[in-house]
Amino acid sequence: MVLNVDRLQAGLGRDLQAFLPELILSGGIVLLLLLRLFKAFDRVHLGWVALILVLAALGVSWGQWEGSGLSGLLSPEEMAKANAAESDSTQQAMPLFSGLLVYDRLTLFIRLFLFAFTALVIWLTLTTGIPDTEDSGDFYCLLLGATLGMALMGSSNHLLMIFIGIEMASLPSYALAGYLKGRRQSSEAALKYVVYGGGAAGIMLYGISLLAGKFGTAYVPDLAVGLVSNLTPGHPFDPVVLLGLLFVLIGVAFKLAAVPFHFWCPDVFEGASAEVAGFLSVASKGAALALLARIGFVLAGLDTLALPPGGGMAMVKLLLPALAFFAALTATFGNLAAYVQTNLKRMLAYSTIAHAGYMMMGLTVLTREGLSAVLYYLIAYLFMNLGAFAVVAYIRQQIGSEDLRDYRGLVRRSPFLVVALSICLLSLLGIPPLVGFVAKFQIFAALYNGGQVYAAAGEGGLSALLYGLLVIGGLNTVFSAVYYVNVMRVMILEPNVEDIEGGEPKPLPEPVPAVTFSTLLALALLVLGIVVNPVANLSQTGAGRFGDRPMAAPVAQVQEGQR
Amino acid sequence: MNDLIWMSLVIFLPSIFALGLLFFPKGTERAMRWWSLLGTAATLGVSIGMFVLFKDNTLDRVGANQEGRVNRDMVSLQYRQGQIEFAAPPQAGADDPMFKAQKGDDWLATLPWIPRFNIHYFLGADGISMPLILLTTLISFLALIASWKIDKFVRGYCILFLLLETGMLGTFLALDFFLFYIFWEVMLLPMYFLIGIWGGPQRAYAAIKFFLYTLLGSVLILIALLAFYFTNVRDFVSTETVEAEARRLAREKDPVAWSKLTATEQQARAVEFRKDVVINTFNIITLQNVGLAALQKLHGEPVTITAVQAARTALEQAQKSGAASKIEEAKARLAHAEEVFKDASKRLESESFFTPGFQITMFLLLFVGFAIKVPVFPFHTWLPDAHVEAPTPISMILAGVLLKLGGYGILRIAYPICPWAGEQLAYWIALFGVINIVYGAFAAMAQDDFKKLVAYSSISHMGYVILGIAVWSSPERSQYWSWGINGAMFQMIAHGITSAGMFFLVGVIYDRAHHRRLDNFRGLYEPMPLYGGISAVIFFGAMGLPGMCGFVGEFMVVLSSWNFAPPGHPYVGRVFAVLAAATVVLTAAYILWTVQRVFFGTNPQYKNYSDIDPRELTAIVPLVVLCVLLGVLPNLLLSWMEPSVTGLIDTLASYKP
Repeated sequence: MVLNVDRLQAGLGRDLQAFLPELILSGGIVLLLLLRLFKAFDRVHLGWVALILVLAALGVSWGQWEGSGLSGLLSPEEMAKANAAESDSTQQAMPLFSGLLVYDRLTLFIRLFLFAFTALVIWLTLTTGIPDTEDSGDFYCLLLGATLGMALMGSSNHLLMIFIGIEMASLPSYALAGYLKGRRQSSEAALKYVVYGGGAAGIMLYGISLLAGKFGTAYVPDLAVGLVSNLTPGHPFDPVVLLGLLFVLIGVAFKLAAVPFHFWCPDVFEGASAEVAGFLSVASKGAALALLARIGFVLAGLDTLALPPGGGMAMVKLLLPALAFFAALTATFGNLAAYVQTNLKRMLAYSTIAHAGYMMMGLTVLTREGLSAVLYYLIAYLFMNLGAFAVVAYIRQQIGSEDLRDYRGLVRRSPFLVVALSICLLSLLGIPPLVGFVAKFQIFAALYNGGQVYAAAGEGGLSALLYGLLVIGGLNTVFSAVYYVNVMRVMILEPNVEDIEGGEPKPLPEPVPAVTFSTLLALALLVLGIVVNPVANLSQTGAGRFGDRPMAAPVAQVQEGQR
Repeated sequence: MNDLIWMSLVIFLPSIFALGLLFFPKGTERAMRWWSLLGTAATLGVSIGMFVLFKDNTLDRVGANQEGRVNRDMVSLQYRQGQIEFAAPPQAGADDPMFKAQKGDDWLATLPWIPRFNIHYFLGADGISMPLILLTTLISFLALIASWKIDKFVRGYCILFLLLETGMLGTFLALDFFLFYIFWEVMLLPMYFLIGIWGGPQRAYAAIKFFLYTLLGSVLILIALLAFYFTNVRDFVSTETVEAEARRLAREKDPVAWSKLTATEQQARAVEFRKDVVINTFNIITLQNVGLAALQKLHGEPVTITAVQAARTALEQAQKSGAASKIEEAKARLAHAEEVFKDASKRLESESFFTPGFQITMFLLLFVGFAIKVPVFPFHTWLPDAHVEAPTPISMILAGVLLKLGGYGILRIAYPICPWAGEQLAYWIALFGVINIVYGAFAAMAQDDFKKLVAYSSISHMGYVILGIAVWSSPERSQYWSWGINGAMFQMIAHGITSAGMFFLVGVIYDRAHHRRLDNFRGLYEPMPLYGGISAVIFFGAMGLPGMCGFVGEFMVVLSSWNFAPPGHPYVGRVFAVLAAATVVLTAAYILWTVQRVFFGTNPQYKNYSDIDPRELTAIVPLVVLCVLLGVLPNLLLSWMEPSVTGLIDTLASYKP
């Protein structure tokens, strides 16, 4: 597919309609900037405006999700043409803006995920008071801008859009990381983030130019055809192609904070305020995972929009071991490095790296089930990770520290927050009946199922790899227990700081909004862990468009169907 | 529905009381204690009520057949007529016939929970779980009486205690593997905090050690759980389940065309999809049927297709009853089942399911996972630490109930689902059992700390459980295996009573002396004669003195071990039996020596100690009574436990090794 002005104009109305949530955000950013011109808004905390905007975008996205995908946008003939083989609305995909973006269930899922999450983050910032009223305009502009970029990442289907999406997500993130202007650490974090981010972006852009130059297109499905034919065994090996692909994936891995591109993550999270760290840890991971899934699934021949001839098994044999290796490395490294951390935000940063590893394990399987597990994990991760960062932010407000030493005996001074934090940490560890367990269970189930599927397809090596990954995932759970439980030990089992230093323990104030927010998140972890089906169905539908297993995509057959 | 309510009530009553604790104002510690005591008492009451109903309705009335003997079809989960109806379909709608077919009094109950993964809230009780449930509620009640002196964070303590009770009871009642696992894990955290906050000086270390060991075991069980789930159990569920799934597949393939078909055409179309049906389940009973079929296949016998078998049995019963309409209906059912499963035997012959390698791997994963809890010798090191550091009531629960969960898991899950592997590995498991017995006894003898001594004696006594479960050699010796498992079950109950009692008694003197060093006691009998007498009963019970509860289980296990002859090792069972029996001498040695060191002689230092007080007496007397009663009248327990155990054995052991 080539960019074509006529085609772009032809479907413009429809495309814009599908793009409506992002348009709301774009308009919102402009609005937030303009509002500052008026004196009347000087005293208004613009968080409420931002919250309303994000909720509007969320509402529209939900409408699109409920409105069975595309049926509201396409005429019957168009729909029949676009998706001849697929009668189920969950399996449709529609190129937007002449193929720059793709509009399908995954796009919608990521939008819902991002907007819901951003709304929660805004709520959190409203309760913690970072930013103050004066700075609120800037802060929320950046927050919405980053969200917009991440939404684009989750739906881009063109290398150019991938790059733009990543950059649109990154640039506001840099500024957000340095938002606490007075703090040296914060500025340092922002600078580190910019340097690493700039480097990764440069590498990625270079990779894009290599791929686009080699194949004469940057449209991902078309590119996949070229890539697959170049990388399948038997074809003369072209290092440029491999390098190009590698460089693009490095850009994604950077956003994902996958080892070995994770170095920015602990420093940035330690330096940035806990609210921003919570935002970055969840949202950018979600977007990057969706992007990785899109690239991986197109290459593996699981994307019904484009089935590169010869994709499937040959490509899976290349992709799966690489993903498995990095997933195992990321999870294990994250968990082991978290052991020695004494700053809670830094520890949580390594824990997010480990969780990126778990989620990559789900993608490694390269089946629809795997993606569905990852999407479920994202929702669970949203609540538990945001909850953990939120409580850290609340406690910082009270004791002015994020150091584990200052958390000693905290349960006697701040029982509600400590219980909420403990529930979040236990969910991150994966203890039932919390939602983190169900999420981890689904990832492990996808791994085991993948092992079976590949064994049935005669790929004993890949199957063994997935079983091995399952064992590594299980061991990682035990590793991670040490540091999650350690935090609880310090907070609950150790004597108070005051006892040690010879003073009276004084109860900390627990403001109602803070307690409400953290209790709600903790309750959500429990409820979602018991009422599993709604979110499980949501994530299953979100992944529904993709093929269920690489070998089950006999290219010829599907193409016939399309004709 | 009735039994669903009873069983759910037993599980969740403690949690409900825990929730109630949140509403007590600060400073009302006394009221919180009484409230929690009320909670455990109510749970004990409900469990006794459940037991009475179970015994009256299920065993004596429905279960008894004409000869007046207990009809094993009704009381063993392996034999259950009704079991097939609980193999519920995936994505089941509420209109599925299977869910309507719940019988009133069979102590099996199910509700769909997570249809996406075919997970059910599936509970059941039989003669194996029922005594353990009674033990759990009793020990919890007594342990709460023993907790009266805890005055640090009473609210938190009681909440965690009650949550722990929910976890334990849920594990004993769950028959869906996923549900079992959830309850299994739910126990982990309360225990961590109960040891970590209210424990002795090394509590943090002991708590995290317990946590990590148990979590590692849980991960192993989780892997096995996934492996079982992804086995296609299509041929072991009911006809209706297969039909429903075939219809679903047909509908999903082409919803538009499907809606245009008439009912008959739909039926015909669904038939084409029967061969594609894949059903995954966590249902432990269904998985046990798969394990049984794998055992049959590996021994070259015809494989039982559960649904066909059930239809055949129903026909036989109908013929006995003589009603013509019933016979016709049963015949039609059988014909239908045979039609639906006509390829099943062929498919099961050709397909590889539960292959030897798979079974051995899964059995080992499960066995190690459960063995950590038992604990079996190389995985036992968490236990002395946890026991010594835990406060007295928590030690009672640990020894009295938590260790039993390991044995129960092996008996309920590892053996029935992977019987072939259990049979193959019998020698090794029995060996581990014997090592446990001997090692635990020697280690106990070397202890200086009173609690550590009791902890190691637990390891030794739990070895009998492992040995009793393992002694499976050949079908003609299956009655010995049945003794072994009956003995193991009896030993679990007896050990629950005596070990909880011993830990409580250690706690009683610890409260007075504030140390546990055996060498520093002496002459305690003089100031505390009543305490001394009670201690003697409980300790002799643990020792296995005839006439006390400890004797029966050990005797049955040793007897069955004598007749244990795995292929290739004809005399090893006798060696094991001799070793296990000889260890009784060691046990007698360390227990008598302890009694001598603690009670005999005179010691002016302890002259002014008050004897056991009424509260303490309330906590220990039920255990003393049971200890003697079960020793004198073992049939009190065996009579209703034995049919279930034998049901399990008859199903498994009739296949030639």
